[in-house]
Amino acid sequence: MANFQTVEVTTDLLILGGGMAACGAAVEAAYWAKKHGLKVVVVDKAAMDRSGAVAMGLSAINQYVGLKDGENTLKDYINYVRNDLMGITREDLVANIARHVDSTVHLFEKWGLPIWKDEAGKYVHEGRWQLMINGESYKVVVAEAAKNHMSSLGDKGQIFERVFVVAPLLDGDRVAGAVGFSVREEKFYVFKAKAVLAAMGGAVHVFKPRSTGEGLGRAWYPPWNSGSSAYFTIRAGAEMTCQEVRFIPVRFKDGYGPVGAWFLLFKSRATNAMGEDYMQTRKPELEKWGPYGKVKPVPANLRNWLGMMDILDGKGPIYMRTEEAIQKIASAVVDEKERKKKLKELESEAWEDFLDMTISQAILWASTNVEPEVKSSEIAASEPYFIGSHSGASGAWVSGPEDLQTEATKKAGYFWGYGHMSTVKGLFCAGDATGASSHKFSSGSHAEGRIAAKEAIRFIVENNTQPKVDNAEAQKLQSEITKPLDTFQENKGKSSDPNINPEFIKPKMFMFRLQKIMDEYAGGVSAQFCTNKVGLERALELLAYLKEDSTKLAAEDLHELMRCWENVQRMWQAEAHVRTILFREETRWPGYYRRADFPEMKQEWLAFANCKYDPKADKWEMLKRPVVSIV
Amino acid sequence: MPSFVIPEKCDGCKALDKTACQHICPNDLMVLNKEIMKAFNREPEMCWECYNCVKICPTQAVEVRGYADFVPLGANVVPLRSSDSIMWTVKFRNGQLKRFKFPIRTTEEGKAVPDGGWKTGTDDLKSPLLFTEPDSLGMSGVAKL
Repeated sequence: MANFQTVEVTTDLLILGGGMAACGAAVEAAYWAKKHGLKVVVVDKAAMDRSGAVAMGLSAINQYVGLKDGENTLKDYINYVRNDLMGITREDLVANIARHVDSTVHLFEKWGLPIWKDEAGKYVHEGRWQLMINGESYKVVVAEAAKNHMSSLGDKGQIFERVFVVAPLLDGDRVAGAVGFSVREEKFYVFKAKAVLAAMGGAVHVFKPRSTGEGLGRAWYPPWNSGSSAYFTIRAGAEMTCQEVRFIPVRFKDGYGPVGAWFLLFKSRATNAMGEDYMQTRKPELEKWGPYGKVKPVPANLRNWLGMMDILDGKGPIYMRTEEAIQKIASAVVDEKERKKKLKELESEAWEDFLDMTISQAILWASTNVEPEVKSSEIAASEPYFIGSHSGASGAWVSGPEDLQTEATKKAGYFWGYGHMSTVKGLFCAGDATGASSHKFSSGSHAEGRIAAKEAIRFIVENNTQPKVDNAEAQKLQSEITKPLDTFQENKGKSSDPNINPEFIKPKMFMFRLQKIMDEYAGGVSAQFCTNKVGLERALELLAYLKEDSTKLAAEDLHELMRCWENVQRMWQAEAHVRTILFREETRWPGYYRRADFPEMKQEWLAFANCKYDPKADKWEMLKRPVVSIV
Repeated sequence: MPSFVIPEKCDGCKALDKTACQHICPNDLMVLNKEIMKAFNREPEMCWECYNCVKICPTQAVEVRGYADFVPLGANVVPLRSSDSIMWTVKFRNGQLKRFKFPIRTTEEGKAVPDGGWKTGTDDLKSPLLFTEPDSLGMSGVAKL
């Protein structure tokens, strides 16, 4: 019998996760906690220096509003996000993050992140909202500031690394903490807290990806994002939002290198097998998508959709015309010596774009002898991801900040006490964990972590009681969570193969089953992102078998035990997703998914499709909530 | 396999207090085989090729071979990371070599100052001002709609 040592940790604020949002939360929490004599604990399943989505680095910061320069306004940013998400966004949350993100970016610069500057010393923009950076050590620098500030709390600041958090603890309608286990030694952790801030990233590998051999690891978003935040908030009984809004990035094919610099900075075109630019040839399609088809920039999912229409018609592959873009920029330089210098600069920028954040794409270029100034490269739609911080929107439904509420938003129910708190008392969310607040990216997620942390500290000060943790419940969770190790040991003798046994299922094959269900029935790659009621109900039927089989997951070691629970987390994200696509009877984001049975956008569905799981009744409730503008 | 360890070069970080690649891998892939005192990637198909193991290895014993299901053989991308910059050597399949050097940070390792030198404008927990604001915003207050 697995007999882990139970370690209890009691704290005031518990920050779950170690990525950008969690680092924002930690660096902010340390300040306010110190003022009020409070304790802060951070729990990362990896090592904070390089954990989360920014582990490899980034070549751009995608949210910088530049409010101090007086050109962009909060209203401008809100309009941009609302249009990009086809009308579905919480403007109060977007405004809250947008009014603080510049401070976060300025702090990044002080901490040591190199931001590209022009001769006048101004930030170099990739696009209106994006800045170019030398971001190889972006995460290192951000984690360092968080750690340095946490250490100023002395023994009231603790960071746990290599501890994988699985599930929430509740005291009635209030969050009481979390449980998880070390992936290095047999220790089960029971964290008891007055407030919990969930910032454990989004979800990858819920759908079958395009590369399934070694390339399984080459997901666009990191493979270690397993839906931990969504699982945590769903199991706590928190209301979730935008669970239908998966994001499909169009990137350099297979390597998934970024295209932002090529489209925005180098002003490149993309053409199909017939040399046509789908953004031009498919333009009339935009008229079918209401006001969102008329805005500039064209919403991400609509840009996707125009390209997907070409693919459906057999007009792929699609090429990013890197050679054309580079030559156009270089040929504008008249002097030959200066032109050669410009070409070298452009070459360096093109390679840095990948080497700072998607090294695999550089490997792919080198392996296929691609020099971007000579040869173009394929771009393609990847597979679906759950990423509320980007151009997706999925996450928990949270309260907005009080000062940004209007009569209309209060009536719509957007505020209930503390900004960025979920519908579960004391459970705050930031980054990918929060929904309906798209276009945060790295900097906005950090800013949201800061916002949520300050509000969580305020919650603690105003609700200064330690919730009760039922020890029997914690013990029950410990048995349940460590069970896969026992399942393996008890049954391994029944087969010569450790992976093929009638009594259990290993997490890798469990994941593949989940991915196949989602791919075939919930609008994955093989279904060209299209589905319908019957397919979705079939998905739920098969997911039900998978959920039953999840009690038979088996693990040979701690690493595999983590994989077991990561895949259970993925499965719950999948279920929330399928139920919500079913609920929303229209197609609103054709470049993310289509309902073949409801192929058009409907005015009545200009609304949030929310859901809530009741852990006591084991039932899902679907809720339609109004979309209210604040500008 | 995406990242792999060169057995000749790996000494299992025997002189160090922890196995560097095992410490840093965001996906918990790198692990020390204590019997032979060499590290290895235990789940290469879940490797993001983030290169953190490659960069941290004190003996440069870890390299990356592009995913064999879509990357042709023969190329090689090698980093050399120092305290303020990184140099990349890119070898093409056709033998061509390119070198690039980029800055990585402007402050000394370990020395990130959390408040960046900025004061916080309020003690009020109810105020929307976050720590270091409004000065870190470059404005006199939080923007209004």
